[in-house]
Amino acid sequence: MSQAANAPDVPPASTRDQEDPKVREEQEERLRKVWASPPGWRYWSDTNNTTVGVWYTATSFAFMLFAGVLALMVRTQLSVPENDFLTADLYNQAYTLHGTVMMFLFAVPIFEAVSIILLPQLLGARDLPFPRLSAFGFWCFLIGGIFVCGSIFFGQAPTSGWFMYPPLTTQERFTPGYGADIWLLGLSFIEVASIAAAVELIVGVLKCRPPGMRLNLMPLYAWYILVVATMILFAFPPLIAGDILFELERLFNWPFFDPERGGDPLLWQHLFWIFGHPEVYIIFLPSIALLAMIIPTFAQRPILGYSWIVLAAVGTGFISFGLWVHHMYTTGLPTISLGFFSAASEAVAIPTGVQIFVFLATCLTGRIIYSVPMLFISGALAIFVLGGLTGVMVAIVPFDWQVHDTYFIVAHLHYVIIGGVLFPLVAGLYYYWPILSDRRLSDRLGKIAFWLMIVGFNVGFFPMHYSGMIGMPRRIWTYPANLGLELPNLISTVGAFIFAAGILIIVFDVLRPRGKEPLAKRNIWNAGTLEWVADVPGEDWGIRSVPIVSSRYPIWDQPNFIDDIDKGRFYMPDAEEMKRETMVTSVLDAQPLQCLRGPGPSFVPMCAAFFLGASFIAATFHYWTAMFAALLFCVVTIIHWLWNATSVIPEKEEKDVGRGLSLPIYIAGPHSVSWWAMFITMLGDATAFVGLVFGYIYFFTIHTDFPPPDADGPGLLWPLVSLAFFAASWLLTLVSHRLLRRGRVSAARLLMAAGAATSVAAAAALLWGPWVTDLQPTVHVYPATVWLLAIWTAIHALVGTVMLGYCLARSLAGKLTPKYDIDLANVALYWHFAAGTGLVTVAVIALFPLAN
Amino acid sequence: MRIALADPPMTAILALTRVPGFTGPIEEGQSSGMAGGPIRQGGQHRVSRGTSCSVRLGRSFKASPPLLLATLVLISGCRGPQSTFADAGLEASSVAALFWWMLGGAVLIWFFVIGLSVYATKAHPGAHSDKTGLRLIIWGGCVFPTVVLTILLVFGLQMMPDFRAPANGPRIAISGERFWWRVFYDSPAEPGVARSLPHEGIESANEIWLPVGRRTELLLGSPDVIHSFWVPAIAGKTDTIPGRINRLVVEPTREGLYNGVCAEFCGTAHAQMAFRVRVVSQEDYETYVAAQGQPAAVLDHPGLDAFLANGCGACHTVRGTEADGRVGPDLTHVASRETIGAGILAMNEANLARFISSTEHVKPGVQMPSFGVLPDEEIAAIAAWLGSLQ
Repeated sequence: MSQAANAPDVPPASTRDQEDPKVREEQEERLRKVWASPPGWRYWSDTNNTTVGVWYTATSFAFMLFAGVLALMVRTQLSVPENDFLTADLYNQAYTLHGTVMMFLFAVPIFEAVSIILLPQLLGARDLPFPRLSAFGFWCFLIGGIFVCGSIFFGQAPTSGWFMYPPLTTQERFTPGYGADIWLLGLSFIEVASIAAAVELIVGVLKCRPPGMRLNLMPLYAWYILVVATMILFAFPPLIAGDILFELERLFNWPFFDPERGGDPLLWQHLFWIFGHPEVYIIFLPSIALLAMIIPTFAQRPILGYSWIVLAAVGTGFISFGLWVHHMYTTGLPTISLGFFSAASEAVAIPTGVQIFVFLATCLTGRIIYSVPMLFISGALAIFVLGGLTGVMVAIVPFDWQVHDTYFIVAHLHYVIIGGVLFPLVAGLYYYWPILSDRRLSDRLGKIAFWLMIVGFNVGFFPMHYSGMIGMPRRIWTYPANLGLELPNLISTVGAFIFAAGILIIVFDVLRPRGKEPLAKRNIWNAGTLEWVADVPGEDWGIRSVPIVSSRYPIWDQPNFIDDIDKGRFYMPDAEEMKRETMVTSVLDAQPLQCLRGPGPSFVPMCAAFFLGASFIAATFHYWTAMFAALLFCVVTIIHWLWNATSVIPEKEEKDVGRGLSLPIYIAGPHSVSWWAMFITMLGDATAFVGLVFGYIYFFTIHTDFPPPDADGPGLLWPLVSLAFFAASWLLTLVSHRLLRRGRVSAARLLMAAGAATSVAAAAALLWGPWVTDLQPTVHVYPATVWLLAIWTAIHALVGTVMLGYCLARSLAGKLTPKYDIDLANVALYWHFAAGTGLVTVAVIALFPLAN
Repeated sequence: MRIALADPPMTAILALTRVPGFTGPIEEGQSSGMAGGPIRQGGQHRVSRGTSCSVRLGRSFKASPPLLLATLVLISGCRGPQSTFADAGLEASSVAALFWWMLGGAVLIWFFVIGLSVYATKAHPGAHSDKTGLRLIIWGGCVFPTVVLTILLVFGLQMMPDFRAPANGPRIAISGERFWWRVFYDSPAEPGVARSLPHEGIESANEIWLPVGRRTELLLGSPDVIHSFWVPAIAGKTDTIPGRINRLVVEPTREGLYNGVCAEFCGTAHAQMAFRVRVVSQEDYETYVAAQGQPAAVLDHPGLDAFLANGCGACHTVRGTEADGRVGPDLTHVASRETIGAGILAMNEANLARFISSTEHVKPGVQMPSFGVLPDEEIAAIAAWLGSLQ
């Protein structure tokens, strides 16, 4: 950046006298300037976590309000039997969009949004490791969300419920129009953003903690972020795999879910719920994490049972991947599998119980201070416990056979989600608002809103248990009179409007002008965790100096803690070179490793998101040329982004960060954040691939004739040739990296070029196999599955080509050198995964036919 | 539907609520039409089961006319033809009993947890040590749920083999189709992964007769999308999935007429994809199936000519005539059914005419086009003829 050139020559931090107010003022001025949001319209190019996090949070709340209006339309339609307020078609669009938006545009993103704001504060970090990635995720979310929500204004919203079961949704004859495509492509696009956020948050928790904050000293919210982001990483990719199968069937008639041609509609249900059930905990655990931050503050004591609650959170994460079939009890699966999943579904109640009792025990042994956040927490507890108890009921198979797909389930899921997500979020809003806006929300309005919400919620949703038990299925736009459904439905509608009134009061409280109100006090609730160090009014720099932490509640336990931070007595009290910097520490015990320089504001992430969005939207309407053009622009933009803003060679190797400590500015390999980001991304990528392989093996197990006896398959020769090229590319990349590190630059460049060539050959040979054996993907599910695996793997080989080409170019441009080799180190890591993908694909498509 | 005062749950409620001047039979709206209540035949209504619903609801209210009214409305739903509390099948009754146990347990646990949380916020600081707190976490969060859930799980699992025990009654194949139910009595179908349900046996639609006290095997398939077959009064639901034939064994315990619905969203008219189940004695069942196997009763009627002339036979079969379409419901004995349009309108000539002339309005999303362009007299003739097909 040009600013670096004009930077004043500032002495190293360790030599400065932090007790001198003049020194501190100079430092603060520099920090303020470096971290300030750009002025005017360039504000929208900001990438600072606080700014992006606030946009993200506000946008998800806006989507929630939109989906809430849809819910009110649904309730109005159902207030009386045989109503005609909405047509059947509009009703189906409204309820589908309500569920979809609440799940994908509110419940999941709000966790990411809140975490992007809070995580750096909780960790005493200046920013997250990849600020531009956060911004990219936000813009993807905004574009995808508007696209999905906007569809209803054109009567083109999806109509088949938020889990979109095929074959209803995959065949144009059942669902004409663009609704299903908008759901699929719009949400796939948002899933990409979710995974980007997960990568960012995992690396943030593991690598950006302040010195001394070992894993067992982390604030509980950070633990929950780690668990939830890891769950996203393994839960979303199966859905992406499912989405790919789905869209290939809908757009190109590849018969993955069509039983006439060997497919099976149940495959989608498995892939969807392998995502869908962890998803429930993905949205619920972050809210529990908010409680775990708020309750100790209002009990004025550390959480009791820290290890218990951490273990419970991790346990919930694990178990949640083993109970997806409880959404499929009625599909006719064998009794033995139902028994297993029933047991797993009951088991998940145990860690949930532990978390709740940790809170109760903390309250019991503490000194409770009443407040609006605690009011909402008590409401959350009352509602959630009831939802949990009905959850235990529906996990019992015979009971679920009766109430599955009825209003009993509608009631259950709203008790769980509103009690387990919305009420804690509102508690968090009242709790954290002073950090965000320097002022408090109104206690009086908060109490009114609470009572309206809790009364409205129970009046609205409690009768639904009864409606379901007396035979009301879900997703019906009308119901006949005289079944006894009139009264409970009318009561539910009244309750829904009371509940909405409560939400409106909160919206008013947030938006009302409060120009003359006094600022809130600093650390207004007398909390013990790092985020409350923030001064009022807040500064953009995140934290004045990066502290050394030796307690879970440093404000309570470490004497003089806030003053030491304020006076810059800890690390990195300055921005000597006018760069945005944050500290990177080691994964387990948080030893300082690196002074990481982050990129500043830029419109590039917004452009990349725009082009990516444009390609998804073009695909929805079958504009293939436009789609590929937009995709190409997107790739070019991303390369431009990486070229200029990543692995920048610094002007000096080390930097004095204060207190006599010098840290390197550039590190590569397993200590660097980008290596971790690549590793984590590839874990997600490998999970999606496993989802596709699961599809192949699933068909193999349910059909005795898969592959069909008359199908030739891709043969042995070409897949094996491809495998040889994959191995060659992998070896060439590794050797090239080794040579580069030894300083043999020309040889390394040669091998990069050779690796790029062999990976193209690997892709070509892999696709040539099914091509020469004339496998027709529309004829039967077997050729479709083979083609899909081949294409997926070939794309990975081609991405490997682009990466090696990029490294070659970087090397020629002098941006990749024996000493500064992040790019090639990360590409070598990529090739481990790509070669593994090639091996598995060849083994599956070439060897399974031999088993016949 | 009339609920006699002799009905023990009702007596119990009236005794509890003690409203002066409230005597005599209770008339419950105009429920005789499409949504008629269970028909009790021969006065053999077993009251031992299913009473719990009404009694418990009754006890939860104090005497006051609006609450009494509300109670009565709720009870009418509770005992309604579409209710899981209607106590008309082995599985439904067992599950209802399980529900009351679980509900009791849930209420106790909820009050315990909420009571504890209230106490925790009021307890004097320092009154409880951290050790007590940790014990609470272990016993309340770990041990107690593990024990309760294990008991519940064992209890729930051991019910399942009974529900899936082999049949000893007839075998009926049911195909969920957009947006109605095709029925074959004496079907040769077998459960498993199969391309489609065989179209063999005695065909009917949207109404299923079952013999009381027999375990009848229902084989469920679909040629288009996933539906879910549900008769709440008799048993839990099972999905009809294209490419598979699922098996559900039901054991109706009480004669009567009950409602069934599609429980899995299947498209625009999903909400109006209902059907009726009539539980009868074994002899009545056999007589009924034999009658359904016969060709149509009236073959000389101006309505039949209009029916054929307007191409209705392209989609509908009426055995004994040229009409042999396979797309829509078999109409050979349409007038013997309680409803038309898949459980949405009571069977009578006026409704038949209405359904033919404004199909799309009565049932949005239905596959059959509206024949409103036909002259009224032709529609009336078709309706009259169909109305005679007993």
